Amino acid sequence: MSIGIVQFGGSNCDLDVLHVLKDVIGVDAELVWYKEEDLSRFDGIVVPGGFSYGDYLRAGAIAARTPVMASIKALAEAGKPVIGICNGFQILTESGLLDGALTTNNYPKFKCESTLLRVETTDTPFTSKFKKGEVVSIPIAHMEGNFYADEATLSKFEDNGQVAFRYVDREGKVTDEANPNGSQENIAGIVSTKKNVLGMMPHPERASEEILGSKDGIRIFESMVEFISKN
Amino acid sequence: MQYQADVTIELKSGMLDPEGTTIKRALEHLGYETDSVKTAKKYTIDLQAENIHDAREIVEQMCQKLIANPIIHNYEISLRELQ
Repeated sequence: MSIGIVQFGGSNCDLDVLHVLKDVIGVDAELVWYKEEDLSRFDGIVVPGGFSYGDYLRAGAIAARTPVMASIKALAEAGKPVIGICNGFQILTESGLLDGALTTNNYPKFKCESTLLRVETTDTPFTSKFKKGEVVSIPIAHMEGNFYADEATLSKFEDNGQVAFRYVDREGKVTDEANPNGSQENIAGIVSTKKNVLGMMPHPERASEEILGSKDGIRIFESMVEFISKN
Repeated sequence: MQYQADVTIELKSGMLDPEGTTIKRALEHLGYETDSVKTAKKYTIDLQAENIHDAREIVEQMCQKLIANPIIHNYEISLRELQ
C-alpha cells in the first residue's frame, strides 16, 4: 500500500501528513511534486493544506488547474480514497471533484483554533473508525473556510449522506456560536457522491498524537488505511 | 488585432461579502450612511484576436475556466480595441 501526498508551491502541511502516515501509523507514504502526471502507483491521495500559489486569484484556484489534477481525478473515478485538507479542500472544490465553494470567513480574519466536530456519517472510507454523532476535537487554521453551496446541492448532500463533519458545541449541537467561519449548516467537511473523496477544513494531522492535545484526527487516516487494505 | 478586456468579478447577490460589510462600517465611522458596499475584483487582459467577436469568446472561456468561480461569482467583460 502506498499513499501519495501532493505538494504544490506553497503547500505547508505536507510533511506533517507524511509524519502521521509513516511514523505514527506506519504505512508507506510518499511526497509527490505537482508536475508528476502519473499517480497510478498510489492507492490513496492526500492533498495537504497550505497556501498553494499564495492563494492568488482564489484559494486553491491555480493548483486545481495544474496537470497533476487529471491523475487525481482518474484515481477518484477508480474509487481510490482522496482527502483534501484545508487548502486541499479548496483545491478539490475548485477542481470540481467536490461540490460547493469555500469563501472568506464571515468575520474576515485568519482563524487558528480548536474546533469541535460532530461525525455525521460513518459510511465513508474516512469515518469508519468513529461512532455516528460522536463529537471530536480537530483544529482549524484558515481565512477562506466559509462553505457555500446552493440549496439544491445542500439538499442533495442531505439525501445522500454527504456531510461528513459539522461544527458543534460541547453538547454536539449545531449552533451559530460553534460555527467558526459562517459555513452553511455548519458544514466542516463533505464527501463526493461516491463518498471516496473527502474535503475538510479542519486539520486531522494536527490532532494525531497525544502531545498535540488530541488524537481524534488520526482515526480519519486510520479509516482510510483500513479501507485501502480491505479493497 | 490587439484588444484589451476589463473583467469584473463580483460575488452573486445574497452572498456574504465580509470585506464590503467592514468597509460599510468604516464609512459609517466617517459619517457616511450607505445602503450597502460590495467588493469586486478587476482584471485587465491584453490579447490578440482576429476580431472583437473572437476576443470576447476567448475571454468568456477564460472566465468560465479560471477567472470566475461560477458557483459564487458573476462576471462582466468590457472589451475595446487597442490602437
